[in-house]
Amino acid sequence: MQLIAFYILSTVVLLSAFLVIAARNPVHSVLWLISAFFASSGLLVLIGAEFLAMLLVVVYVGAVAVLFLFVVMMLDVDFVELKQGFLNYLPAGALIALALLAEIGVVAAATAAREASGFDPSPGADTNAEALSRVLYTDNLMLFQLAGLILLVAMMGAIVLTLRKRPGVRRQNISEQTNRRREDAVQLKDVRPGQGI
Amino acid sequence: MDSIQSQVADYLPIAIFLVIAAALSVGFILASAVFAPSNPDPEKLSAYECGFNAFDDARMKFDVRFYLVAILFIIFDLEVAFLFPWIFEVAAGNQAAFWSMMAFLGVLTVGFVYEWRRGALEWE
Repeated sequence: MQLIAFYILSTVVLLSAFLVIAARNPVHSVLWLISAFFASSGLLVLIGAEFLAMLLVVVYVGAVAVLFLFVVMMLDVDFVELKQGFLNYLPAGALIALALLAEIGVVAAATAAREASGFDPSPGADTNAEALSRVLYTDNLMLFQLAGLILLVAMMGAIVLTLRKRPGVRRQNISEQTNRRREDAVQLKDVRPGQGI
Repeated sequence: MDSIQSQVADYLPIAIFLVIAAALSVGFILASAVFAPSNPDPEKLSAYECGFNAFDDARMKFDVRFYLVAILFIIFDLEVAFLFPWIFEVAAGNQAAFWSMMAFLGVLTVGFVYEWRRGALEWE
């Protein structure tokens, strides 16, 4: 049963990941990426890492994928132009692909070595989140605080880089509107027939 | 690891939600396909701008402000993600963990005040 679920989910992950790079439309690529994220969070649930699975859905599907969509939409991609640079990027791309393949090999070897000892997603605790809590808020307090500072820097950086004030924007001032009296706005003039004001 | 039976039982509410969500979305798509009047015509389906043929591509650059909103959302999303495992340590009575989270939230509140004062939350 678990094995069947694993094979279904990993098939979905691999298929979606392939379609991410195979889809012609970058927006479709992002949608396939979301599908890959979902299936991987299912895989995390299968090995008992529920908290990581939840984080994957909340952070990656909920926020990162949306950011990717923004980037894709903002880039104003010209497909013909994209295809032209293919040969120039081939060596660098191949190098990165090789490095990733080597990393996967290292992980696979390490996993195979550990297979015998058994995998525990939540060492010394009942749940994954609890196990994470035991180390994150005790021994690694400093890293936790650093994460807060990094988030602060990211927030300020995003504001400094992208916040642009548009001059001459007219805005509604509700208190000004409601405080307006009849005397400020209406003038009664006695105009004689045939003459202007 | 638990037996598969208890695991399935634990995830039953989520599975029910997923089924309801899927059924709702499929239902709405089917309903609009069945009940909506459909009378296609090449002229109706062709792209136009104010009665003219399309001048250029539908993809265009849009305001970077959307990006700012998304990135501010992601930062607070991550902040909330840190709160979930924190509960366990607080429930265990760890004072240091409690105050370190207060410091963490304080740091991010500085950022929040900054973005509020700079008007990053206003749309104009």
